[in-house]
Amino acid sequence: MLNLQEMEVNFGPQHPSTHGVLRVLLKIDGERIVDAKPVIGYLHRGTEKLFENMNYPQCVPHTDRMDYVAAATNNLGFVEAVEKLIGITGKIPKRAQLIRVMLSELQRISSHLLWLATHAIDIGAMTPFFYCFREREQVLDLFEEYCGARLTLNCMKIGGQPEDVTPQWLDHLEHFTSIFDAAVDEYESLLTNNRIWKRRTIGIGVLSPEEAIEWGITGPPLRGSGVNWDLRKVLPYECYDELDFEVPVGKNGDTYDRYLCRMEEMRQSNRILKQCIPLTKATPAGDLKAKISRVIRPPEGEVYHSIESPKGELGYYIISDGKGQNAYRCHVRPPSFVNLQALPALAKGHLISDLVALIGTIDIVLGEVDR
Amino acid sequence: MIQPILFLAQETVEVHQSAFAKAWAAIPEPLQRYLIWPTIKFLIAFAIVQGIVAAMTYIERRMLGFMQARLGPNRVGPYGLFQAIADPVKLMLKEDIVPSSAERVTYFLGPMLPLIPAFVVFCLIPFGPPPMFAITRVNVGLLLILALTSTGVYGIILGGWASNNKFSLIGGLRSAAQMVSYEVPFGLSIVGVLMLCGSFDLVKIVRYQETHLWNVIPQFLGCFIFLVAMIAETNRAPFDLPEAESELVAGFHTEYSGMKFAFFMLAEYAAMLVNSCLIVSLYFGGWTLGGVIRGHHIGFTTRNLLHMTPGGFPLGGLIGVGIFVTKVMCFMLFYIWLRGTFPRFRFDQLMDLGWKWMIPLALVNIVVTGIVVLSLQSMGI
Repeated sequence: MLNLQEMEVNFGPQHPSTHGVLRVLLKIDGERIVDAKPVIGYLHRGTEKLFENMNYPQCVPHTDRMDYVAAATNNLGFVEAVEKLIGITGKIPKRAQLIRVMLSELQRISSHLLWLATHAIDIGAMTPFFYCFREREQVLDLFEEYCGARLTLNCMKIGGQPEDVTPQWLDHLEHFTSIFDAAVDEYESLLTNNRIWKRRTIGIGVLSPEEAIEWGITGPPLRGSGVNWDLRKVLPYECYDELDFEVPVGKNGDTYDRYLCRMEEMRQSNRILKQCIPLTKATPAGDLKAKISRVIRPPEGEVYHSIESPKGELGYYIISDGKGQNAYRCHVRPPSFVNLQALPALAKGHLISDLVALIGTIDIVLGEVDR
Repeated sequence: MIQPILFLAQETVEVHQSAFAKAWAAIPEPLQRYLIWPTIKFLIAFAIVQGIVAAMTYIERRMLGFMQARLGPNRVGPYGLFQAIADPVKLMLKEDIVPSSAERVTYFLGPMLPLIPAFVVFCLIPFGPPPMFAITRVNVGLLLILALTSTGVYGIILGGWASNNKFSLIGGLRSAAQMVSYEVPFGLSIVGVLMLCGSFDLVKIVRYQETHLWNVIPQFLGCFIFLVAMIAETNRAPFDLPEAESELVAGFHTEYSGMKFAFFMLAEYAAMLVNSCLIVSLYFGGWTLGGVIRGHHIGFTTRNLLHMTPGGFPLGGLIGVGIFVTKVMCFMLFYIWLRGTFPRFRFDQLMDLGWKWMIPLALVNIVVTGIVVLSLQSMGI
């Protein structure tokens, strides 16, 4: 019998492909992973605790800093939860709803582009990175034109939208939607049928639908396993029920299917954006806010509201004691954190090279994992 | 048929009665022929190779930039050309860090070992028509080249081990497995060429391709295997597993900095260059561009090149070198193109490809070539 020794490797927190400060304690036998244990908390900033000491409008910028590559959806989840708490859901003017949908879908595209860029570069394909950033740049320009910020947007307000969109902005958006489908085709031409890409992703990190549900996984990883669950369809918020789009679903639950799902989601987001432009033009300009009091002082009660963020189900659980302008307790259900749980199970038995593919395919943002 | 080729006099030196010429004449003729001239030629070739390697660092980034919808280095000098100088200067000025727990001697040897064979090999490559543009001519030159290039792996595995870093160690081990595995198809793929040309002498192999076709046509499979194996040998994308930055940080050279790091890079680029030179010599007609059809020399064949000496100046030879370098650069660009296109293989998939596909295919190639060569001989063609 050979004396085989298992080696322990500290994968991260300073490692080029752990997407921030994730640390994975690896036990490897040669190159094969015996055990992988994610260690988190390097980016913990106590956001939930901070929410207890601020009034509700002050919390919105802090939500930007959780999933910092998808700030708009974070804003949306929070403002909708508070709106639900004070009971004005559904009273938001149509134009504001459409703007929110457009910003969320643009954010979904930008988040998925960042995911594709890093996922591809983790697997060794360098060029898609730059192609993705070319289009992401245009999305960020659109954000900048709307609210002045590119990453931490702070672009939504409780009760409506802070700013109206200009006709020029809609024209720029229309231009973007007209080029984006071809851009997705371009990324796919580099990867989808590439034999090396397929060999690196097919059959890697297979997640069965039952397992995915047991783990509480949401978003593209869940849909990649073949479960048709998208909160935009299942529990529609804003005006998603009036918009026409499909939810892509995978079959095998492996890295390749999750890749295909996200690629198709980008196309569907673009489809939603295309529908939103004429609808927005049809609504009266400047009609952006529901009637709410200047000081938000919700009644006693609690609320859980969740939306479909690019990474999965993003939920906010807020308790109000009815006494002050701030939440008694606010808990965030971050999709990255919940999805990351599956990493040890997915990684077991695979090689080190697959681990980076798996971290990429789960699509975590450490700001959201640690909060 | 191959014409018996006579290599006549070495360079004729105009003998003037100066002090220098007297001293030159006092040196015994064998010493001149076998030591001094080769040394001078090697130094020139070394300078050219160094220049190409430095230029490649610029060309690679620039070409990748254009492939990836960006500009690449364009700030230092016109079109960023001085980047090739700025980088070595930067590396020379960097602090030379030795990890406190590294094996000092081996850590130092690591970058040196791959560099020496990579540069020595250039002595054996005929850049242009002999005798002037081939530095040395060894009748088993190809074997010597294979032997020398295969020592390059020691530096990488020693460097990876001596750094006392787990990622370096894995990188070094990957590299050892990869280079040893691909050495086999690399060597086997050449056998077909050897059977056709009947010589280990690169000059003879190139001249064989003048009178016959370029070897790439009869030896298509061999050439393809050689191409794949040479990319894997040099640890370049898509086979750049030993230094896969997304998995192993920087692989075997994670802990190296400054000039030691530069030496690893130099060795890698020199190895790329050697392999490109080899594939050009073996399969793509070396310094020639043209051929001998029914005894007529058409285009830039060796004889035509050697006759092009206006005023005693070896213009033809330089054209030959130019043709050779152009062909080599095509392959260097091919390396970059691959890097811009493909994702990276996984380690076990790479081994599968080597042992389950490349080696059997190379063996098939040898058998088929052998049968064809023998049957052609027995038919008297």
